[in-house]
Amino acid sequence: VVQDLTQFDVLIMPNLYGDILSDLCAGLIEGLRVTPNGNIGINRVAIFESVHGTGPEIASLDLANPTTLLLSAIMMLCHMGLHYDRNKIQTVLTKDLGGISKCSEFTADICPQRESDLKCTFTVATIL
Amino acid sequence: MTARCVRTLSGSLQLLLRNRWPKPPPAQYGGRHTVTLIPGDGIGPELANHVRELFRFCCVPVDFEVVNVDSTMDSEDDINNAIMAIRRNGVALKGNLETNHNLPPSYKSRNNLLRTTLDLYANVMHCQSLPGVRTRHRNIDIMIIRENTEGEYSSLEHENVPGVVECLKIITRTKSLRIADYAFRTAREKGRTRVTAVHKANIMKLGDGLFLECCKEVAGGYPEITFDSMIVDNTTMQLVSRPQQFDVMVMPNLYGNVVSNVCTGLVGGPGLVPGANYGEDYAVFETGTRNTGKSIANTNTANPTAMLLASCLLLDHLKLHAYANMIRRAILSTVTETRLHTADLGGQGSTSEVVQSIMKAVESTGPRTLSL
Repeated sequence: VVQDLTQFDVLIMPNLYGDILSDLCAGLIEGLRVTPNGNIGINRVAIFESVHGTGPEIASLDLANPTTLLLSAIMMLCHMGLHYDRNKIQTVLTKDLGGISKCSEFTADICPQRESDLKCTFTVATIL
Repeated sequence: MTARCVRTLSGSLQLLLRNRWPKPPPAQYGGRHTVTLIPGDGIGPELANHVRELFRFCCVPVDFEVVNVDSTMDSEDDINNAIMAIRRNGVALKGNLETNHNLPPSYKSRNNLLRTTLDLYANVMHCQSLPGVRTRHRNIDIMIIRENTEGEYSSLEHENVPGVVECLKIITRTKSLRIADYAFRTAREKGRTRVTAVHKANIMKLGDGLFLECCKEVAGGYPEITFDSMIVDNTTMQLVSRPQQFDVMVMPNLYGNVVSNVCTGLVGGPGLVPGANYGEDYAVFETGTRNTGKSIANTNTANPTAMLLASCLLLDHLKLHAYANMIRRAILSTVTETRLHTADLGGQGSTSEVVQSIMKAVESTGPRTLSL
């Protein structure tokens, strides 16, 4: 994965290896801030979440990057079969973000300040 | 460690610290060492031949006792012969022995058998960025110390209920203290300032919790070295984003396997990094990531750098530092020559071309050598 990640498509593995590899792959795409996550069970019961920490030091300060949870929500819509709504949000996100790999560029384009200066609500408002 | 530091430690740790560094065997028969050579499978035999060729060329006072091990046979006679040879000589250079996972569970990995029988408890890999090798990250210098004899590789599995397999991961206080002490001693000897323990103690509270506790206990005896710990998933993420933050890393067996492969990938691939397995009485040297390379066997395309650097570690262990440094300098000067990079580094060079270039580099530095 570290040398040539293009050779992989879908990876399936037990719990521990999955924990390690998912964080490794997230590190390769500039971190956990842009990695959506879904936990699927039997009878299509599912929980979608962001995989980064709770961030107590920046709670309620309108500083958090909402991208991960938005992407997880897109996964949830896909799981629920709401493809129209999912496509609507995904197109806008892709247009504004320019693809997941350009998340940092997106914030730089929208606002020339450092990413930490960008308000969370401003980002979501831009997408709306 | 000072006497005062030793007295403050627990009894088991004191007992451990009475053991000294493994001593290399004395030279025999006119100043020449005898080293066991296990060619292994895949690219192992051709790389072993290149090592012998290079040593003969450089007039290194080492004779190889070759012991072939057939990894396809059920019987353990071959590997027992190899173990006996290593006990006799004290030191070995080895290629990887293939473990086909389609074989029945009663078939034990020959490599694992060798490591556990000889109690080669420390696997040491030094991953350094090499000039001339283009990688995503630069200035990497990480020493990985991996516990080699227990953990997830204890080969203890059972199936009490059909379809439900239980696999035992063994973590013991003695071996955890031993590997932690090895890590801190190595860090002190090499002038390193930080040791990071890699674990998953938030989930495996007893197993990895014990390992972490042992590392903390040993850290108390080395006040000049900073000790910290990191969970294994965060470690792999940090390794691929900011690998320069790591110095020495110590960890149990499976995490060591994963982390060492990640670090090898970061510095250029499995063809570049040598590995060493140290025990109290024996030492075995091999390539860092222990690849058999079956798909490229006998195609003259394998990268010989890792095996040749492993042979330099072997020479250092035998205290033949002049030969080790001479060969290492020649290897590193060849690696910077992009024209000679093998296929794994994106080049077109062949194994024999690289070895010839190394021999020319050795000859040009002026020592007495055989003719090319």
